[in-house]
Amino acid sequence: MSAAISHLELRQISYVYDAGGRAVPALQDITFGVGASEFVCVVGRSGCGKTTLLNILAGFLGPTRGEVRIGGKAVTGKGLDRGIVFQDFAQLFPWRTAQRNVEFGLEMKGVPRAERVETARGFLRLVGLEAFAAAYPHELSGGMQQRAAIARALAYNPSVLLMDEPFAALDALTRDEMQRFLVDVWRETRKTVVYVTHNVAEAVYLADRIVVLTPHPGTVRAEVKVPLPRPRDPLSVEFVEAQRRVLDFLR
Amino acid sequence: MSRGSARSLLGALASVTVAAAVWEVFARSGVFSTALTPSLAAIVPALGRMLADGTLLLHTLYTLYRILLGLALAAVIGIPIGMLMGRFGWAERFVLPLVSVLSPIPSLAWVPIFILWFGLGDAASIALVLYAATFPFILNTWTGVRSVNRIWIRAAEAMGAERGRLFRKIVLPGALPFVIAGARQAFARSWIAVVGGEMIAATNWGLGWVIFDSKEYLNADVMLATLLVIGLLGLGFERLVFQLMERRTVGRWGMVCTART
Repeated sequence: MSAAISHLELRQISYVYDAGGRAVPALQDITFGVGASEFVCVVGRSGCGKTTLLNILAGFLGPTRGEVRIGGKAVTGKGLDRGIVFQDFAQLFPWRTAQRNVEFGLEMKGVPRAERVETARGFLRLVGLEAFAAAYPHELSGGMQQRAAIARALAYNPSVLLMDEPFAALDALTRDEMQRFLVDVWRETRKTVVYVTHNVAEAVYLADRIVVLTPHPGTVRAEVKVPLPRPRDPLSVEFVEAQRRVLDFLR
Repeated sequence: MSRGSARSLLGALASVTVAAAVWEVFARSGVFSTALTPSLAAIVPALGRMLADGTLLLHTLYTLYRILLGLALAAVIGIPIGMLMGRFGWAERFVLPLVSVLSPIPSLAWVPIFILWFGLGDAASIALVLYAATFPFILNTWTGVRSVNRIWIRAAEAMGAERGRLFRKIVLPGALPFVIAGARQAFARSWIAVVGGEMIAATNWGLGWVIFDSKEYLNADVMLATLLVIGLLGLGFERLVFQLMERRTVGRWGMVCTART
């Protein structure tokens, strides 16, 4: 995809970390773009640097070289133009109800209370948790907690949604359900999504395009388009074929 | 009454009955003279007399005043210091050595010098409570700030929380289970301080003073009745203040399991 129409651009990102005085390259020359409203999955095995990459996109880490651009502007540090969903269910604030968790970003943005309540309510409805607005996180199931976390990351209207294996700790049935749900939410909100996973089937189900990373150091091995219509059938021949193409790059 | 609270009441009754029975056997065994180990038949009437003439209430109010004022001051001083230590390296480096030196000194060891400084009366006892209670607040709050889950901080930072707001909205509530634990510990240490302080530094009023004064007249029944009152006050605070505080906050939020009572 050419840089001109990419909403999110990664330009020659390298990241070197220090392991007891020894410089270890974790990422090397990562370059790809993500179009506006495009869903891109970054796939790789554990240790390929995909979480490091996401942390750089989120602004938790600064790249050793290279830059990240959103809407043509270089970004440094954290910002409300990106929403983040982690794998850990504990990411919700336990002392806040689902509603108040979703309001958090709006609060930080300085949105007035009445509007905040309204907006948060709308996003809880979007993720199907309206009935649980007053529940505390520990009263919600793992899947519901992740839905609330997604609502929280969307509520303050970031243009980019970053997701770090958000469903990896869920049971297989709930995970399938959450993947279908995420596709619906994405179609509704039209966010630009970067979704990190080691699960190839999940990536093929979700993504418009898959960026395959290989480790030591993390480099882009391939970019695979997934032109299948949605909703996708994981048992179809085309789906399995797409998985095989991705897997070939990982082996 | 729910089944749970009926069961916990039954449990409390059983343990109190067993303890009372053990005391009775010991008191009547003749190991000590009955003047020194009065039976419940003597302790309960002594308690009744003190209640009836209103002195017990006054002694209790004096002691509670000293404890609660000292504890409140300790919270006001200790919690912010613990917060600063958890947040800033310089505060930690400055305060920790002082705390490490002062905290192990028993509050009672300060009684003579506090009497010289503050004279006999309320001030010495309150200062003693303040001394005893401040360190649990400092140490627990400090630990609480350091043990706030990193992911809450990351999530909040990603949503634009920084410095003051991050501290107020994430670190404070995140550290609360430890702060409450600190309050419990401070309260327990306050009792030691206040009773000890009153024994020596108080004049005429306070539960510690009653115990010490009764010794002069060999009133073991009054001493034991007063000890019982202190124990019951402790139980009352645990149930009505600390457990309630926990249930309403960190228990409600699923951050700790509350007591099964």
